[in-house]
Amino acid sequence: MKCGKTLVAMILAIVMVFSMASIAMAEDAIKIGLIGPMTGAAASYGTSVKQGAELAVQEINALGGIQLELNPQDDEHDAEKSVNAYNTLWDWGAQMIIGSVTTTPCLAVGAEAFNDRMFLLTPSASSTDVIKDKDNVYQLCFTDPAQGAASAQYIADKNLATKVAVIYNNADAYSTGIYQTFDAKAKELGLEVVSTTTFTDDTTDFSVQVTTVKEAGAELVFLPIYYTPASMILQQANTMGYAPIFFGVDGMDGILNIEGFDTSLAEGVMLLTPFSADATDELTVNFVTAYKEAYDATPDQFAADGYDCVYTLYAAIQKAGITSETSPEEACDLLIATMQELEITGVTGTMTWSATGEVTKTPTAVQIENGVYVGYAN
Amino acid sequence: MTLFLSYLINGISLGSVYAIIALGYTMVYGIAKMLNFAHGDVIMVGAYISFCAMQYLGLPAIVCILMSMAVCTILGILIEGLAYKPLRQAPSLAVLITAIGVSYFLQNMALLIWGSNPKSFASVVRVGSLSLFQGKLLISGETIVTVLANIVIMIALTLFTGKTKVGKAMRAVSEDKGAAELMGINVNATISMTFAIGSALAAIAGVLLCSAYPTLQPTTGSMPGIKAFTAAVFGGIGSIPGAMIGGILLGVIEILGKAYISTELGDAFVFAVLIVVLLVKPTGLLGKKVHEKV
Repeated sequence: MKCGKTLVAMILAIVMVFSMASIAMAEDAIKIGLIGPMTGAAASYGTSVKQGAELAVQEINALGGIQLELNPQDDEHDAEKSVNAYNTLWDWGAQMIIGSVTTTPCLAVGAEAFNDRMFLLTPSASSTDVIKDKDNVYQLCFTDPAQGAASAQYIADKNLATKVAVIYNNADAYSTGIYQTFDAKAKELGLEVVSTTTFTDDTTDFSVQVTTVKEAGAELVFLPIYYTPASMILQQANTMGYAPIFFGVDGMDGILNIEGFDTSLAEGVMLLTPFSADATDELTVNFVTAYKEAYDATPDQFAADGYDCVYTLYAAIQKAGITSETSPEEACDLLIATMQELEITGVTGTMTWSATGEVTKTPTAVQIENGVYVGYAN
Repeated sequence: MTLFLSYLINGISLGSVYAIIALGYTMVYGIAKMLNFAHGDVIMVGAYISFCAMQYLGLPAIVCILMSMAVCTILGILIEGLAYKPLRQAPSLAVLITAIGVSYFLQNMALLIWGSNPKSFASVVRVGSLSLFQGKLLISGETIVTVLANIVIMIALTLFTGKTKVGKAMRAVSEDKGAAELMGINVNATISMTFAIGSALAAIAGVLLCSAYPTLQPTTGSMPGIKAFTAAVFGGIGSIPGAMIGGILLGVIEILGKAYISTELGDAFVFAVLIVVLLVKPTGLLGKKVHEKV
């Protein structure tokens, strides 16, 4: 019994030491939360954003001025878990949040954050619904309408095809949103949409979709979807001996990271992205080198988004004069006022923001060649 | 016409995967009289074992399958011994809930061990695909192997439960545990044996499922598991040929529904079939009506 008491006392002492240490550490650092899928079917996105953001935080802290503390939380690309992650961050004392990474969870978190007056900067939730009627939510990526319309414009401008087909996930706000604007823009530009088929999150059998597209004689298949179903569609098409041009958007990014996936199947796949790791400007080169050193991998667009998010917040924090003492509500108002005045040149391009929270930047296309992304020049 | 045939073949291909999972479901239900909802997750574990053996150890396909069968057999016996055996006298609802618990436990263990990033499963099937009508119709090697495996397993299971001593003991346990025990049958060992066989079948099903639909993640087994359960009920749960027929029919219905009515409603058809069957013929296509003696 006596022994038990000593043990409890020792454990308590240890806990106290550690809790004091963490208070000391957090005292002067600005607390930034991060929400994204680090596990689950969209894990590649969250992991990349987290790594990109961590890299930026290290770089900024090494400068010695304002110190940042990043707390990444996993939401498994699930709306409910994302709100849980948000609550965890609120309790932790987050002053602003990067996230959520994916659209559906971001919609859920956005509603909570709007009520609590917490500032959100999402690296990649691209639906317009994410920022709609919420003055506290800003996007770093271009919106779905912009992605859908830009894809159609790109396909028409480069004469990639006249007969196009779309396979999209009608259970997903992101996928449906891009499809709608793509479809409208494609019709306007005289592209013939010969087939439109859908699937849902649990689908593993894509034989019907690919057969339909093949029968319709599409030269290009537009896939406004995430990389996991995209990999299954590529495999199905390969089994059927069908080889059109596959054109994706930012959700396609990550397809080369699937373990065991035969990357030769993704050869020639094109995707619209604001970031290309083989760009030669100084900013990108430095980022890619540092990222490779830290994580032994080439950064994808999501890593770049995460990196840019932290630098954007850093610039806004400096301009607005936010300190570790600022409450989330105050920080929210200050950041909203500051964001519209910022012009940030990051690794994903030069960005400015409108009052609605929408970003302006230019998309480009990359193509997969020998298992890496290269800029598409034609 | 060829388009219809190609949809039909896709349907059979999907259905044969449901069928092979349904065989395991129905076998365990037929004998232990319990719905093993963790069956779909044993399939997932089997697929992961085979994936690891192939990807990390570079073993030949047949060794991978045998290895995952061995692991799943042990897993099946362990699950039965730890989770179901203590509940032998409990109401069937308790066992059902436990099975759902085991299912989530396995999924989360897989999350911990293998992570949630989807893995792309390389097919273990080395049979080439069959091309008909100058290449207009393609039957993949995976489909051929899965259908053949179904037939072999179905015949083997029917013979096993009908002719062998262990098989007869299983049927006796299924009819009346108490009486079987009085006749000198070791009920616990017999039920363990059932789970061992069911789980070994799950391993084969897992490998074939992922060979045909190559994305592997911890939730891989759950949706096919539920569909296969539907197939087993459709065919008459407890009936071995019923599971196979139910599975294949369900796959064909799903694909034809998607192709000719709407891709958005594929899953809705599957479950609508379940509801209709239960309303019209509650025992399923080949199910026998058992009269309870009071």
